[in-house]
Amino acid sequence: MKRAFPWHIAVFLAPAFLIYTAFSALPLLDTLRLGFFTTHDSGHQTFVGLANYIKLLTDPDWSAGFWNAMNNNIKFFLIVMFVQNPIALLLAALLSMHGVRGAKGYQTLIFLPTLLSVVIIGFIWQLILSPLWGVSEKLMGFVGLADYFQPWLGDESSALITLSLISVWQFVGVPMMLIYASLIAIPDEIIEAARIEGASSWHIFWTIRLPLILPTLGLVTILTFVGNFNAFDLIYAVKGAIAGPNYSTDLLGTFFYRTFFGYQSQIGSPTMGAAVATTMFLIILSGVGVYFYFIQRKLQRFAF
Amino acid sequence: MQGNRFIRTALCAALLAAGAAQAGNLTIESWRTDDKALWEDVLIPAFNKKYPDVKVKFAPTAPTEYDSSLQTRLTGGTAGDLITCRPFDKSLDLFKKGYLESLNGKPGMQNFPESAKVAWQTDDGKSSFCMPMGAVMHGFLYNKKIFTELGVQPPKTIDEFHKVLEAAKKAGKVPLALGTADQWEANQIVFTSIGAPYWKGEEGRKALIAGKAKFTDPQFVAAWDEMSKWGPYLAKGYSAQTYADTQNLFASGKAAVVAVGSWDISYYNQNAKFEYGAFPPPVPKAGDKCYISDHPDIGMGVNPKSKNKDDAYKFLTWLGSQEFADLYTNKVTGFYSLSNHLISVKDPVAKQMLDWRKSCASTIRLNAQIMNRGEPNMENELWNVNSQVLNGKMTPKDAATRIQTGFAKWYKPQQK
Repeated sequence: MKRAFPWHIAVFLAPAFLIYTAFSALPLLDTLRLGFFTTHDSGHQTFVGLANYIKLLTDPDWSAGFWNAMNNNIKFFLIVMFVQNPIALLLAALLSMHGVRGAKGYQTLIFLPTLLSVVIIGFIWQLILSPLWGVSEKLMGFVGLADYFQPWLGDESSALITLSLISVWQFVGVPMMLIYASLIAIPDEIIEAARIEGASSWHIFWTIRLPLILPTLGLVTILTFVGNFNAFDLIYAVKGAIAGPNYSTDLLGTFFYRTFFGYQSQIGSPTMGAAVATTMFLIILSGVGVYFYFIQRKLQRFAF
Repeated sequence: MQGNRFIRTALCAALLAAGAAQAGNLTIESWRTDDKALWEDVLIPAFNKKYPDVKVKFAPTAPTEYDSSLQTRLTGGTAGDLITCRPFDKSLDLFKKGYLESLNGKPGMQNFPESAKVAWQTDDGKSSFCMPMGAVMHGFLYNKKIFTELGVQPPKTIDEFHKVLEAAKKAGKVPLALGTADQWEANQIVFTSIGAPYWKGEEGRKALIAGKAKFTDPQFVAAWDEMSKWGPYLAKGYSAQTYADTQNLFASGKAAVVAVGSWDISYYNQNAKFEYGAFPPPVPKAGDKCYISDHPDIGMGVNPKSKNKDDAYKFLTWLGSQEFADLYTNKVTGFYSLSNHLISVKDPVAKQMLDWRKSCASTIRLNAQIMNRGEPNMENELWNVNSQVLNGKMTPKDAATRIQTGFAKWYKPQQK
């Protein structure tokens, strides 16, 4: 008997498929296309092949800015990766212990900043750290550290670190929740069996729980990677599109913004901007690709 | 991807805006979000007294987003009928791309002097594309109470300026309210303002454009040299001090002097509880001529795709009238009409600043014309370099070399 074409599947898929195609896939393809064009003074665009990419990577004016943004972005990612995620793991491990009083309350509190708008986060932290009326100098004074206070957001050497720590503060709740969810999903029998065998809590954590949540840690890593290489809003909210001082907080996102939209008297170039956006896309794509090929596949074995 | 998110937002904005443009109505694009109430309560009702059947809507976008979102709306054909114009190259670029009408010979334009129109003309001066609306001036405000306590007078020369700052410092005040976190002040209200007396205003600016002077020449390095000496007079942690912090600092009466643009007057009128006065950038030596940065900042043009051009031109004609010039100068304190009409300025500090025109020579912001056209963009470079000089992270000489190198890279007359 001939089976009828499963129309219902097509019908149910259609809305998501159409919306995704129209608002994600097509703009992405158009961005890729636009990167091969150049804009003339009169506004019309002509095909130039790879010229934008060659300019971006070889013209010192562009490449210096690009590599600076790239380096800053790598630093930003590494700081967030190695500060945010260990803290998230620690918090999740603590919260998933039996009999922690007020665990739900802590969870909510730690997750709360994630829900705030980045503009508010940026504004609040600018005020907290303000050398004129911020509370941080006073608070440090209570423990005798007032002399160590610096205008961190204004110093070339510390602005990027400060901003990445602000980002950590805001988003630590997300990996914490993910890790927490997978920690409590570990069957109690396994833990109990280990305990009966005489394993210490420390031992259980490192040899049983941690390996079992590795897939989640992998997911967290990749989310951090994608999120940080797309980061833009916090920098823009706190430092503006020129990402000072001396471009020390310039990320690929702000670099792209200046190129695509222009800034003040710098006239934006949609075509050059598309080339930058495509480069960012390729960086993220290759990072995700490497991760999936080398790490995620091996992690599957540990999953249960 | 970031780009997609922007494009998506822009698309949505364009769709929403499409419903707004109708014949019989006028929509004004502007970045002056601060003046929204003023337009709605004062300027538009005044216009409607003459033209009651034209409905005008003032639709501002935040200044930092204005240029990009306007560009998107113009490209998509959904921009408003009247476009508020940034001075010089940004609007010239719009005109070249066909997003602004030529205003040659349109009624109202005859009321403006050539010097005002130059900010919205093609390089050969043959086509005008925006009607000049207002200029801003740059200088310093001082707290009269603190000056009386210190027994000092508004300084005329750089030496006197330093003495005043030193006296304020000894008295435990913040001598000069200025921060470098937002960077633009370091260029737009410091470098291009206090530097003008060194490079003799227009003379120095035109010499740069003609290729007869370089940024590494002593008259330009001297400006950076002066800025590099300011660090000790600024508030603690000034590298993280934003523009809003600066405004608060002076308005709260803790600082003796603040570097300002004339638009700040309306802020301090509302927020400062003490009397204050203004003084122009100090001159290098006693007896030197003073120069002020007197910058055409805002104009208005017509969108060629407007469905209601007749009314748009009616509005422009009114914009060139005595009535508008008077309202604009006196209600939008700190913006000065650029027209030939005789207007009396009522605000005392605004008048004080305007009177500098009588004794000092006016110049525009150094890099505003032509110099911002290349890559690297000089405006962005100057923000960065000037902030670093104030922060003490870059020497005046290095600053000059960096700007000159970037300039000579693309500007032919500088390559000789």
